[in-house]
Amino acid sequence: MIVPPPDVIRVENICKSFSGKNILTSVSLGLTQGELKVLIGPSGGGKSTLLQCINFLIPPDRGTVWLEGREIQIHHKRDIYEFRQQVGMIFQEFNLFDHLNALDNVAIALRKVKKLKKQAAIERAMAELDRVGLREHASLYPAQLSGGQKQRVSIARALAMDPKVMLLDEPTSALDPELIGEVLFVIRDLARNGMTMLLATHQVGFIQQMADEILFMEGGCIIERGKPADLLLPASRTRTRAYIDKLSELYEELK
Amino acid sequence: MNVGFYTETLIPALNRGLLVSLGLIVPSGLIGLLLGILVGTFRVYGHPVVRKITDGYASVFRGTPLVVQLFVLYFGLPNLGIYFDAYTAAVIGFILCSGAYHSEYIRGGLLSIKNGQFLAAQSLGFSMVKTLLWVIVPQAIRRALPGCGNELIYLIKYSSLAYMITCIELTGEGKVIASETFKYTEIFFIVGFIYLILTSVASFFLRRLENSLRLPGFDHYSL
Repeated sequence: MIVPPPDVIRVENICKSFSGKNILTSVSLGLTQGELKVLIGPSGGGKSTLLQCINFLIPPDRGTVWLEGREIQIHHKRDIYEFRQQVGMIFQEFNLFDHLNALDNVAIALRKVKKLKKQAAIERAMAELDRVGLREHASLYPAQLSGGQKQRVSIARALAMDPKVMLLDEPTSALDPELIGEVLFVIRDLARNGMTMLLATHQVGFIQQMADEILFMEGGCIIERGKPADLLLPASRTRTRAYIDKLSELYEELK
Repeated sequence: MNVGFYTETLIPALNRGLLVSLGLIVPSGLIGLLLGILVGTFRVYGHPVVRKITDGYASVFRGTPLVVQLFVLYFGLPNLGIYFDAYTAAVIGFILCSGAYHSEYIRGGLLSIKNGQFLAAQSLGFSMVKTLLWVIVPQAIRRALPGCGNELIYLIKYSSLAYMITCIELTGEGKVIASETFKYTEIFFIVGFIYLILTSVASFFLRRLENSLRLPGFDHYSL
């Protein structure tokens, strides 16, 4: 019998409703080491809420989260703070700290959360900025960076914490088309180096090339899931296929 | 003109008063600002009960005249067995009053910080207190600074109310001599001028502080 590899992160039966309206209805998923799963689907489908429920930025009404087999105690603040340090989060709107330059954006959590010495934190932060190609921009403030650069800083900031898994919430959706490439390049590099990632995105090419599994979300549920090759087969009649055709059509029109 | 009156009586008295005024303004300004930052933060991010209490504090101290507050502190509390000397009562009154006003400016600053800043800090494992201390409040203070500076300027002027509870500061010294000599015009012209100098110096340093805290993204567009 083949034992499946243990999940790095596993969420089970996540439910969330806002003022009586169900946003997430019993969502479950797991990621094994190095897996890249993609969340796709219409806006309002619950992708963002799911990602924010996984690290309790939005407390789920019900559901369980395990990190490397250990259940996270949702009512235990310290447990949640510990857990979040190990789960990198990337936001659509970057959310860099506006009052800190790029270097301090990366270093501050190392210093204040991980309690590293100033010098050690600065060195580590510089190394992470280097990794996303922004060593030269270390002293610039968020207001002085382009969208693509901001998103790369935010990736460096997450990576500096040595996360076991990364949650990425449409990391390229707020970017000019010209700047999408540089961010996808960094994410692709992460995936190749074995980072476990759950990524909400609409970048069709990237999904086809990189995703291990596609999770199609609509109405607060994962209604389809499968390998890109299966779901995106031109002949397949999946909801995912129809949706991606729409996206491609739109893209063609823009060209 | 009797020059001796100015050099021998008035100027020494006003100097004495000025020192008392500065002794009122400096601690009240600093502690009041700290209190305001604390209270403002509680009013936005505190536990609901704490929020109620701090909201109540702010509405009482913003909603009643400062003179009344000083009278209560100095003349009223002894009835409850709590005695302050005039100087202490004045400083406490000023701290509580300016803390209430500062808290309102800080609250405005806090509310102007986008939620994403909070989420980003939380997602990195910052606790609530650390999120506020290292991410939210430093940004809010930059936005609140012009308002807080305004409150400090007010404080310089309302410090003159201390003489109402027998803490004889600049205005008090002037008042004493004016009642003796009936030189109200000259004396209060000079007293007023000294306050103008104090507020101008304070404005100058507040502007310097604003400039030194200015960061890209927090500056305004000047045409």
